[in-house]
Amino acid sequence: MSEAVRRLVLLGPGLGWLAIFLVLPCAIVFVYSFFERGTYGGIDYIFTLENYARAADPLYLSILLTSARVAVITTVAALVIGYPAAYLIATAPKPWQMPLLILVMLPFWSNYLIRTYAWIVLLNNQGLINYGLQELGVINEPLPMLYNEFAIVVGLLYGYLPFMVLALYSSISRLNREIFEASADLGASSLRTFVRVTVPLTIPGIAAGSVFVFVLSIGNFVTPNLLGGGRSLMVGNLIFDQFLSARDWPFGAALAFVLIGLMMLLLIAQAWAVNRSQRNDAHA
Amino acid sequence: MHAGFTRAAALAVVMCGLGAGSALAQEKIVISQWDAYWPADLLANFTKETGIQAEWAVQIDNEDMMGKVTASGGKGYDVVFASSPFVEALAHLGLIAELDHSKIPNLANLFKEAQELPYDPGNKHSVPYTWGTTGLCYRSDLMKAAPTSWNDLLKPADELKGKITMLSTDRWLMAAGLKDLGYSVNSTNADELAKTKDLLIAAKKNLLAYDDTTFYSKLVSGEATLVHAWDGWCNFGVAENAAIKFVIPKEGSDLFVDTMVVTAASEHKDAAHAFINYVLRPDVHASIMAFTLYKVPNQKAVDLVDKNLLTTYPTLAITSETLFQQELLRDLGDNQKDFTRVVTEILAAQ
Repeated sequence: MSEAVRRLVLLGPGLGWLAIFLVLPCAIVFVYSFFERGTYGGIDYIFTLENYARAADPLYLSILLTSARVAVITTVAALVIGYPAAYLIATAPKPWQMPLLILVMLPFWSNYLIRTYAWIVLLNNQGLINYGLQELGVINEPLPMLYNEFAIVVGLLYGYLPFMVLALYSSISRLNREIFEASADLGASSLRTFVRVTVPLTIPGIAAGSVFVFVLSIGNFVTPNLLGGGRSLMVGNLIFDQFLSARDWPFGAALAFVLIGLMMLLLIAQAWAVNRSQRNDAHA
Repeated sequence: MHAGFTRAAALAVVMCGLGAGSALAQEKIVISQWDAYWPADLLANFTKETGIQAEWAVQIDNEDMMGKVTASGGKGYDVVFASSPFVEALAHLGLIAELDHSKIPNLANLFKEAQELPYDPGNKHSVPYTWGTTGLCYRSDLMKAAPTSWNDLLKPADELKGKITMLSTDRWLMAAGLKDLGYSVNSTNADELAKTKDLLIAAKKNLLAYDDTTFYSKLVSGEATLVHAWDGWCNFGVAENAAIKFVIPKEGSDLFVDTMVVTAASEHKDAAHAFINYVLRPDVHASIMAFTLYKVPNQKAVDLVDKNLLTTYPTLAITSETLFQQELLRDLGDNQKDFTRVVTEILAAQ
């Protein structure tokens, strides 16, 4: 009994917070998605499924696909860049690990918007990179690096890489180093050890990091606006516009729920991957 | 309660403009207004002169304001700033109060056009605060010939390709194409919208970016040569580089009016009226014009403003006659949905 009370006291504030500030607003948005748009904003309480039917329109699916493409490219790039970094940190001498991790997290100390503007300074046609390259005579015309999908990926990658590195770090640092020795003793090359031993054992980290980066990227609307110059519309911008300029809360809500559904599927897949790898651990 | 006394006191405040110690002095009004859209000391001066406390609730944009006001039924706000199509929506929703003109004698200072605005003739429930138009803001030192037409923006000469930005806010993005094709800025005709969509998608290839907030700094840096801009915001560029100029395209443009309204739910309506009357005082409205660099619909204020300002920022010298040759943006009601879809198709086009 006292155990149950203790649990309730410890869990209560966290659960209460989530219920009031996450579950409840989401429930309201979910309910809105089944009503009609009021002519002058707000909601007309007439039940309809039209908002979900509209979400399946090729126009909106193509926007979802564009967003997914950008998010996948960002995630893969984050994995390729983040894995070696996380591996290095996790295998560095203990006293070095904390300072290195703090360096990874350092960008979070300043505002995301300001960091995004910094990229505009770097990438624009008169920016530091183009100016430098032109002064050095490497290029004659400025490279188009800003206001396109490349810039969006760069911005998202920069913003969310730390999540990938941290997730991978926690996974890699838990590996028992003796496994590598055993693999080497059994004649595996270091590449073979990496592919057959390290990667499979760090699947939970890879899955967690990838889901973080993908989910954060696909819903982002600030970066496509600022670095993409509004030329590619991502699903985050679409939802933003429905709520703000179109005064179409129900449709915006339906779109948001399609996105949430997609993210839920990914989180379930990630949980499944972690679960499976833990079960394998238990067998080993 | 003491309605009679309060009204008399309000009138006293309104008449002499300095009524510290009156019944209103105890009151506090909440005003929802955009950031940086009035001089920083305006509220403090208002309080000093009238004794009425005023709290500023910052609104990000019209949509943010609509969200706040519709969600609370207007409770908690006394004065709200809104662009004219939103005033129409607020009036339809019954959220704004009819104004008592006897408490706003400074209404007489307004241009006659500003007293007969088609969305609210006779200023029944809204008072214009600033007005303006959109057009072409450009670097005259970097262009061979000054732009004159929406075609200069939408079908640009080779040297301008990749050096152009457009507004992406739905009504203004569409207005550029609609006006170029000779249609109304309030068109909801499917065929006209389709033709406008094709034109704007074709124009997208030549854009550097869509930009609703920093277009003037792109002109200053030289990243862009020609941008689609609100006249007042073009002036932020002019302030940094006198070679930046503004023109209303010959096909015509839109007229937008930002206004002040009193919420129906306000419990301090007299104080709210006193605030609006204060803004309309010639010296106050002139200071707003000098600060925001937007034209104000106040004849007496414009007469009062420093003439150097009008030469430095020629958009401020655009006459109310010229402004009224442009087409007033109206609320689209149910047709907004189709309009938004077209805008989404344009913005999503690859």
